[in-house]
Amino acid sequence: MNPDYAGLFSALQPETALVVGSLAVLGLDLSVFRRHPAAERLRLALWVASLAVLTAGAGVWLGARGAVYGGVLILDHLAVATRLGVLALTLLTLGVARGAAPPRQPAEYVAVILFAATGLMLMAAAQQLLIAFLSLELASLSLYVLAGFDRARPESAEAALKYFLFGGMAAAFLLFGFSLIYGVTGSIELPQIAAQISLQGADPLLMVAIVMVLVAFGFKVAAAPFHLWAPDVYQGAPTSSAALISSASKLAGFTLFTRLLWPGFHGAVGNVYALTAGPGWLPVVAVLSAASLLLGNFAALAQSSLRRLLAYSAIAHSGALLLGVMAAGRSGPAPLFYYASTYGLATVGAFGVISAMEREGRCEYITDLAGLHRRSPLLAGCLAVFILSLAGIPPLAGFFGKFMVFAAALRLGGVAGPAGWLAILAIALSAVALYYYLIVLKQALVAAPAADARPIKVPRVTALTLVAAAALIVWFGLDPTQLLGLF
Amino acid sequence: MSLLPWSIFLSLAGALLALAGGLRSARTARWIALLTAAGAWLLTLLAATRFVPGPGLQTLVDMAWIPSMGVRYHLAADGISLTLLVLTGLAATAGVLFSWNIEERTGQFFALFLTLVAGVYGVFLSADALVLFVFYEVAIVPKYFLIAGWGSTNREYGAMKLALYSFAGSSMVLAGLLWAYADGGGHGFGFGDLARAAATLPRQHQIAIFALVFFGFATLAGIFPLHTWAPTGHVAAPTAASMLLAGVVMKLGAYGCLRVALPLSPVGFAYWQAPIAWLAVIGIVYAGLVALMQEDFKFVIGYSSVSHMGFVLLGIAAANAQAVSGAVLQMFSHGVIAGLLFAVVGRMVYDRTHTRKLSDLRAMPMYRLLPFAAAVFVIAGVASMGLPGFSGFPAELTILIGAWKRAPAWAAVAALGVLVAAAFTLRAIQLGFFGQMEKQQAPANGRPSEHAVHFGPITLAEKAGALLLIGATVIIGLYPDLLLNWINPALQSPLLQAALKAGTP
Repeated sequence: MNPDYAGLFSALQPETALVVGSLAVLGLDLSVFRRHPAAERLRLALWVASLAVLTAGAGVWLGARGAVYGGVLILDHLAVATRLGVLALTLLTLGVARGAAPPRQPAEYVAVILFAATGLMLMAAAQQLLIAFLSLELASLSLYVLAGFDRARPESAEAALKYFLFGGMAAAFLLFGFSLIYGVTGSIELPQIAAQISLQGADPLLMVAIVMVLVAFGFKVAAAPFHLWAPDVYQGAPTSSAALISSASKLAGFTLFTRLLWPGFHGAVGNVYALTAGPGWLPVVAVLSAASLLLGNFAALAQSSLRRLLAYSAIAHSGALLLGVMAAGRSGPAPLFYYASTYGLATVGAFGVISAMEREGRCEYITDLAGLHRRSPLLAGCLAVFILSLAGIPPLAGFFGKFMVFAAALRLGGVAGPAGWLAILAIALSAVALYYYLIVLKQALVAAPAADARPIKVPRVTALTLVAAAALIVWFGLDPTQLLGLF
Repeated sequence: MSLLPWSIFLSLAGALLALAGGLRSARTARWIALLTAAGAWLLTLLAATRFVPGPGLQTLVDMAWIPSMGVRYHLAADGISLTLLVLTGLAATAGVLFSWNIEERTGQFFALFLTLVAGVYGVFLSADALVLFVFYEVAIVPKYFLIAGWGSTNREYGAMKLALYSFAGSSMVLAGLLWAYADGGGHGFGFGDLARAAATLPRQHQIAIFALVFFGFATLAGIFPLHTWAPTGHVAAPTAASMLLAGVVMKLGAYGCLRVALPLSPVGFAYWQAPIAWLAVIGIVYAGLVALMQEDFKFVIGYSSVSHMGFVLLGIAAANAQAVSGAVLQMFSHGVIAGLLFAVVGRMVYDRTHTRKLSDLRAMPMYRLLPFAAAVFVIAGVASMGLPGFSGFPAELTILIGAWKRAPAWAAVAALGVLVAAAFTLRAIQLGFFGQMEKQQAPANGRPSEHAVHFGPITLAEKAGALLLIGATVIIGLYPDLLLNWINPALQSPLLQAALKAGTP
């Protein structure tokens, strides 16, 4: 292999921009703004970071396409779309962070967000096991730090510790799985692995390896039964950290593992039409999907905490997204990407509303939303868009994500196939889901405010962020080709 | 004709403007709502004057929407949709007039109201099953907030029950449509495309798909035994929402059955025809009997709606030209009459007496206290019983004749339902409006004399709304051909003919 450093550098311009941006954030904070109040330091850090993200976005949009550095990275449609999605969601997260109370070390917080984004960007393009693992770990370690950043609250530390322990375990499984794959196929490059697997078929050791990879996958996207960290992290982490964990990290996770599974391990896919006919990873994904759909939706019914409800709803959405993974082999990754990115928009928005509400009191229980329509019509309107999109009400984007994923799943062997059954199950459960989403909206839009509730003043940047997220959800819903056109 | 799609956008624009106007004053929001509702209605009437009846849908807009799935933004109209569009405009305008007294969050109320109306226009104009589904859901969500926010008795329960039933029904529809599309290798969601895709599937699958789509829509049409959301929802809803709910939204379900489910799979229809007809007939009689037992005035009307919608479903199930055209006529007729009944009970009576219990009303001489309300209710009740001269008569008669031709037993039992309807309507008129103030009772509960003083006069807005609706039921009652001349040619479209043929032995 002839190392092509110039090509590598030009392909990694966006990541470079992010890293330089985060170093600039740290440097400026240490030198110029050291003695300024925290709120001002946060503001400056967020502006610099936003600039870095926008530069990175331009880099992705204008930058190179195709395989990079001998196929270590691949910049195909899925990678480019995911990188843009990650950057957009990061930008929104930065906007959400602007509205929250400044953390004790604002610049470090913003810098770590950028490091996480760098990892997520690399995940989107990784086509080699080593890069996949390293980028995943870069993202995960940053996210652990972000989850535990609020040192004033013990819940935040608990969230970080739980996330870290589960994540460390998942990373161990992933690394073990990767090493077995290397042992079986003799390569860490996905194209060679794919060729080798289709040559030798699905042997038991390979299946063990793939199942280990799936464990890490389940952890990363919070699919049952690897979801246990999600409710605690969503509840305990600082709001903007939770927003990043639930949106950009999920999007990049789905892209990475879809790339590993379909182009990489498609030789061991198993049978689409019947679960019992021959070994393969598809049935495992089907089981994860069914478990997530059922557990997520039913557990969400019982929640009184808003963040835990969002966590269980995230688990349920992971179940539906896993259906998109199953169907990606036949219908392409476009429906999956559309679903994951618009889901990310809605959940960042929902966390943004929570973070804005926390400025004027607490927003822990669903009942804390009571009377939001009087306290801040803007927040109530935006929350309605986000929640209805999560519930899958057309013409919002959340509906079309579900619609396309379910259609793709049904194409996969019809209703008789497992994917078809899962699609029907998911559609049935969406009626269950409407109940808990309406409970949230009932508090926000119908219930009267508590006696001591004050109007909420939303900072301009946060308001703009939320309106932008809501507008994107409406726009992508009215014209889905805007996103699908990336493919 | 080509202006028809603007009825959707005009209503949506009205919703936004009313929301903005509500920030200034309730009055502004009201007038914006009235002007846009009436404007959209005028658009439909204008289209009606230029309408040339013919078989098949006349395309208004057709452009690609989601090319990868073959979804097209395709709006079209025929005689059936035009009938219902005119009804929507009428019910929306009357609904605004009857909610003139909403003082709390007026702008938001009318914004939700007009969004619901826009969704309804959209459903009746859609010629692509997915577009129809989108508008259908757009109509569901505002209902929840209208009821939960401005409703009365047990409103949160009623609103949630209604929303969950509607959404469960629409999930079934979505599952059925996706099944036909994906499994049948469909290329789009046009009604014809879906029918062709479904036809490639095995018979058992077609039967299941038809059941999903038909019963999904029929839930919203209040088919027995999936009707229980309707009375609680109607009772809990604010007056204008009950009027729209009974008047128009239940029609969405019946329209979906007729427009989407029947053409989708004639094979499935042939299989399910008899069960559907029997469920419809049971619904007619059962809901009528339940209405006879009600103590709450609004529940009487709520159950009567279920009973009358049973006629619509019976007409569709009987599957001959006469019965189906009668069903569409009944949709129009019931939309007008139910609107009128809910307006009298919810707005004219309840907002003044603050009671809907028949036993309370009985103790007041309502015909003297509110003579206008009594007169309107008697007219609406008589129309609802199906007396000649009102729109209910030609509608129910044609349905019964059509059903008789298909299976005399259905028509015979359904005719019993007409008797029951007469019974509960007369009971409601008697107890609700012609009760006597019994001298011994009056001091005991003390309410009648107290309230008699405070009853405000019937406002101009109420009178205007009532006269609009009464005018419509009388005009159609005297000259049903006005609508039948639109409806009948539409039944000749190949898609509907295939379905009707499958339903004829």
